Amino acid sequence: MTKTSRRIALAGLSAGLLAMTALTGAAYAQTTLTFLIDNASNTVAQSEALVAAFEAANPDINVEIETRPGGAEGDNIIKTRLATGVMSDIFLYNSGSLFQAINPQQFLVDLTNEPWQADVQASFKQVVTAPDGTVRGVPYGAAMGGGIYYNKPIYEELGLSVPKSWDEFMANNEKIKAAGKVAVIQTYNATWTSQLFVLADFYNVSAKDPSFASRYTAGEAKFATDAAALRGFEKLQEVHDAGYLNEDFGAATYEDGVRMVATGEGAHYPMLTFATGAISETYPDNLADVGFFAQPGDDASLNGLTVWMPGALYIPQSTANLDAARKFAAFVASPAGCDALTSAGGATGPYLINGCTLPADVPPAVSDLLPYFAEGGQNGPALEFLSPIKGPALEQITVEVGSGIRTAADGAALYDEDVRKQAQQLGLPGW
Amino acid sequence: MAVMTETGTATAASTPALKRRSPYPGWFFLPAAIIYGVLFLLPTFASLYFSLTRWNLFSSTFIGFDNFAQFLREPFLIKGLVNTVIYAVVTSGLKVVLGLLLAVLLTSQIAARGYLRSVVFFPVLVSTVGVGITFTVLMHPTNGMINEGLALLGIKGPGWLVDPNLALFSVALVDVWKGVGLATVIYIAGIVAIPKDYYEAARIDGATKLQNFFYVTLPLCRPATVTVITLSFIGGLRTFDLIWAMTRGGPGFASDTVASVIYKQYQAGFYGLSTAGNVVLFILIAVLVVPLTMLLNRKEGHE
Repeated sequence: MTKTSRRIALAGLSAGLLAMTALTGAAYAQTTLTFLIDNASNTVAQSEALVAAFEAANPDINVEIETRPGGAEGDNIIKTRLATGVMSDIFLYNSGSLFQAINPQQFLVDLTNEPWQADVQASFKQVVTAPDGTVRGVPYGAAMGGGIYYNKPIYEELGLSVPKSWDEFMANNEKIKAAGKVAVIQTYNATWTSQLFVLADFYNVSAKDPSFASRYTAGEAKFATDAAALRGFEKLQEVHDAGYLNEDFGAATYEDGVRMVATGEGAHYPMLTFATGAISETYPDNLADVGFFAQPGDDASLNGLTVWMPGALYIPQSTANLDAARKFAAFVASPAGCDALTSAGGATGPYLINGCTLPADVPPAVSDLLPYFAEGGQNGPALEFLSPIKGPALEQITVEVGSGIRTAADGAALYDEDVRKQAQQLGLPGW
Repeated sequence: MAVMTETGTATAASTPALKRRSPYPGWFFLPAAIIYGVLFLLPTFASLYFSLTRWNLFSSTFIGFDNFAQFLREPFLIKGLVNTVIYAVVTSGLKVVLGLLLAVLLTSQIAARGYLRSVVFFPVLVSTVGVGITFTVLMHPTNGMINEGLALLGIKGPGWLVDPNLALFSVALVDVWKGVGLATVIYIAGIVAIPKDYYEAARIDGATKLQNFFYVTLPLCRPATVTVITLSFIGGLRTFDLIWAMTRGGPGFASDTVASVIYKQYQAGFYGLSTAGNVVLFILIAVLVVPLTMLLNRKEGHE
């Protein structure tokens, strides 16, 4: 880089003084990195803070943020841009099954031997490891839990305690309903939110049957026929059939759900803990009113948390600015990177980089999460991080089961069919 | 080259061939032919091939008719097919009835006729997605204006878009509201074109107003009816934008149509399956619309 600018400067000198003045700017020439993220408001806020901190530390690199839609539309943008070789220099995308679906070996730069990998926790590395055993991503953000947010004032008012088993949870719901309040908030307008009772139940599935994920990937274990796996669908149906849901569950949005659990319009909201960021952004006054617990299983002694790994940053092989992109990755994997994220989104959970710390005054929804990650805590990854197969129609099926349109057993069987399609599309053996 | 051949054939051939000779030289057709071939013919045949494969952006595997078997086996895909036909029949039926009645009203001697005619056409000009989002808000089961209005009358309104038995019809009603303006305009043109002599003759024969409508207006604006039915039926069969904006095929799969199912398969990365779905949609439209048009046009010929 410096060499090139010097040569340009020399050429400029011979061309005359005028050209020289024009080129003084070029002597400070900056590398411009493009950085593609999803357009969720807290992702944008966090990325801006991250870029600002990085640019302050690296004045010769300029990072431009581009945004893309989330969900399936975003998946297609990522796949298309990778396949056509026009991907940005660095991009944010999911880890786990979606990472496997973008052909990491073919398109992503191998980051296995980067010095900072020593500080990345092994539990994260496994979800960005390509089939050939190489690590291709750097963690972006905090680990999340899938479970149930609860409104603390309602719990105090009714004298309830955090449930450790499903029966205790349903007993709490009964009392909340008897007090004339909404026991369980569901927001099926945002169809993805309907999946939580099924997906967040996976710790309970694997606690009973640790081999479920591998047998599922091999096409041997099915949701409809495995009693433990079917429970997630049954739980979804039970809360609907018992009449615990908010009246407008079919039309409510994710934002409605966040508002309801924060302001006490409802008692429980099954969700991923990234919603803590949304609560602190929109309802900062109510942040202390919201607690969190793992989705209880049938056995109180096996209580534990289903964990979602955060997304990762990847560098496509098509990049022309590999060195600068590597610097950016190294910054994200450092405590300074974590601090930049914390400064913009608040602390939402434990980071997966050694040396990163959380501020002492984290909100209750986060402090409730930490014991599951502490020494002796019980947690395990969600199914989508253990298996490359996730059926795309799950959210429609869970809306049906959760609205009483379809029974749990039927829904599970339909989902098994959806999973089969996905496995065939991925070309997995045994399907 | 093409010119040479054509001239050669023309001289060798008999008089009718000479008559059919095009007034333009061969190269004149080339730009259109290239655009047609690359952008229309090639994709059409490529899609027929890709519907027989399981492909992603990187590679494809030939799997024969598995995609079609899969498409027709899945319960929600069948539901999508049924919904599509229901939707097309309901929307085109209502557009014919309401469009004709509105046209009769708007061709009668009423005040501010020109203004009222344009008002009925306004919804056609609004973006479909905008209409969908607006009606989604209006049809909210508890906070929506429609149900709040009904509550004032003491009626508990249904969950327009969240009741699985109702969602498809709610969307269809919005489609009719948006599309009836076009049907009305076509009917107005049809009615205005009917010569006044017929009505005069009918009046001399002592026909009532109703008889006027059923024996003069209705049969004589058959060409308009044919146009409205064909346009709105095809539109209904391939409808996507309004359904996607309002329910995304939900709740669950309750308001899925073939087009929304195809889009979801594409979003999920099942490109082969969604291509097969498009072929099915093509066949479905052909199978339903070709006989319909033939039937309507034949009757017209007998008049």
